[in-house]
Amino acid sequence: MNFLHDIGKYFLMIKISFSKSCKREILYKQIFKEINDLVLDSIQIVSILSFFIGGVVSIQMALSLENPLLSKTLIGYATRESVILEFAPTFISIIMAGKVGSYITSSIGTMRVTEQIDALEVMGINSLNYLVFPKIIAMLLYPFVITISMFLGIVGGLLAISLTGVPSEAYIQGIQMDFESYHVTYSYIKTLVFSFVLATVPSFHGYYMKGGALDVGKASTQSFYWTSIIIIILNYIITQLLLA
Amino acid sequence: MIEVKNILKSFENSDVLKEIETIFYRGKTNLIIGQSGSGKTVLLKCLLGLYEVDSGEIIYDGVSSKKMNSDEKLDISRQMGMVFQGSALFDSMNVLENVRFPLDMLTKIDENEKNSRAMKFIERVNLKDAINKLPSELSGGMQKRVAIARAIVMNPKYLFCDEPNSGLDPKTAIVIDQLIQEITKEYNITTIINSHDMNSVIEIGENIVFLKEGYKIWQGNNKEVLKSRNKEVEDFVYSSELLKKLRN
Ligand SMILES: Nc1ncnc2c1ncn2[C@@H]1O[C@H](COP(=O)(O)OP(=O)(O)OP(=O)(O)O)[C@@H](O)[C@H]1O
Ligand SMILES: [Mg+2]
Repeated sequence: MNFLHDIGKYFLMIKISFSKSCKREILYKQIFKEINDLVLDSIQIVSILSFFIGGVVSIQMALSLENPLLSKTLIGYATRESVILEFAPTFISIIMAGKVGSYITSSIGTMRVTEQIDALEVMGINSLNYLVFPKIIAMLLYPFVITISMFLGIVGGLLAISLTGVPSEAYIQGIQMDFESYHVTYSYIKTLVFSFVLATVPSFHGYYMKGGALDVGKASTQSFYWTSIIIIILNYIITQLLLA
Repeated sequence: MIEVKNILKSFENSDVLKEIETIFYRGKTNLIIGQSGSGKTVLLKCLLGLYEVDSGEIIYDGVSSKKMNSDEKLDISRQMGMVFQGSALFDSMNVLENVRFPLDMLTKIDENEKNSRAMKFIERVNLKDAINKLPSELSGGMQKRVAIARAIVMNPKYLFCDEPNSGLDPKTAIVIDQLIQEITKEYNITTIINSHDMNSVIEIGENIVFLKEGYKIWQGNNKEVLKSRNKEVEDFVYSSELLKKLRN
């Protein structure tokens, strides 16, 4: 019952954040700020993670493809597929649920606790439009982060595999093999859905939180819990719909 | 003028405001006093429209909260200024940006005029030297003053202050009280102040509403409050034994 109530409240929150808009130049300013905080600030950690995980994936692929009858190009092929299909869009999004998500929940939650949101509402400002809408828009650039992740994951795979002695030509040939552009489409559809979840679910947890400074931390934890679960379930549903 | 007609407000398991009936006058500093937990902040938030009342109505200069649609509500709320108990300054903005914020958000006037209007109110609260500081770099008292400047920068018709001088030294508190009173007269604002500071009650209590456990127990002005024979009011006003002795 409570759960259904919260789902309703969540969709209402999204509806309100798109209505009664603040002045345009104010929103532009907010959007640029959010692009910086949510997207640009995430590139570094995503790059490091992607590069090394790509390396690990390709080494593990090489390990399971040691049979001399199997072509070494399969290593590049398999690394590319797992990075594009799953690792970059889903795994990185779960990590972002921790990084971006807890940042959003704690910053909005602090504003709630210190009555800054009340202050906005009293001024006659639609606080959801001012705080949440720019985050949704900024996160439209999130696929850009995932593109970097895909690229660096594959490059990481290449470097790691070269160090183990497999000729890099085979790997490069592999990553060009049987290229299915639909897989990339699928991956970006997922990414866009996740970017919406990453912007809105943590906002919901921050905006409607109750209590004091201590509860901001609890709300962030709750927010990570729900954001990651929702991402994993949606991942399953989208995969079922688009690939099965 | 704000008329409050028989409002009730409760949260999940407790009734916080019970049958409150009163009037807050225009051009006067109206005080809501009472012990901690008596419902002052909740009453203020009901008047502000932040909380929906369970029953009864609030009439803002003839316009009833019952008959308002959401546009009219927005209209009324744009005529309100509020000083929150914890100041509620935006912590990523400096003093000038905080005070200018309502002008940025809600008006179309040009940059220079925004700055000069904001500066006028910043000077009024004596913070000219701190305009570039962030709220975290200010003392609690200075934060309060920024909050006051921000609340009046839009020339509101209604001004609400939730314990505006908690955290200020007694001298500054009186300066702030007097500043609020001057502004109230100058712009003919309906000002409503939550307080449990007896200094303010005596200094600026032109119309005092006394709350206890969610009920309005007494109403009157600062001269009457000192002479009141109401047991609860006496207890509140002469809370220390020394004052009681001085009185007798
Ligand atoms: N959002 C809320 N949910 C549930 N109960 C609340 C809420 N806000 C206030 N209360 C309860 O209402 C009562 C009155 O609280 P209120 O904040 O109005 O007191 P106050 O008179 O402003 O006290 P203080 O002088 O300490 O600020 C308290 O018992 C409080 O627990
Ligand atoms: Mg209070």
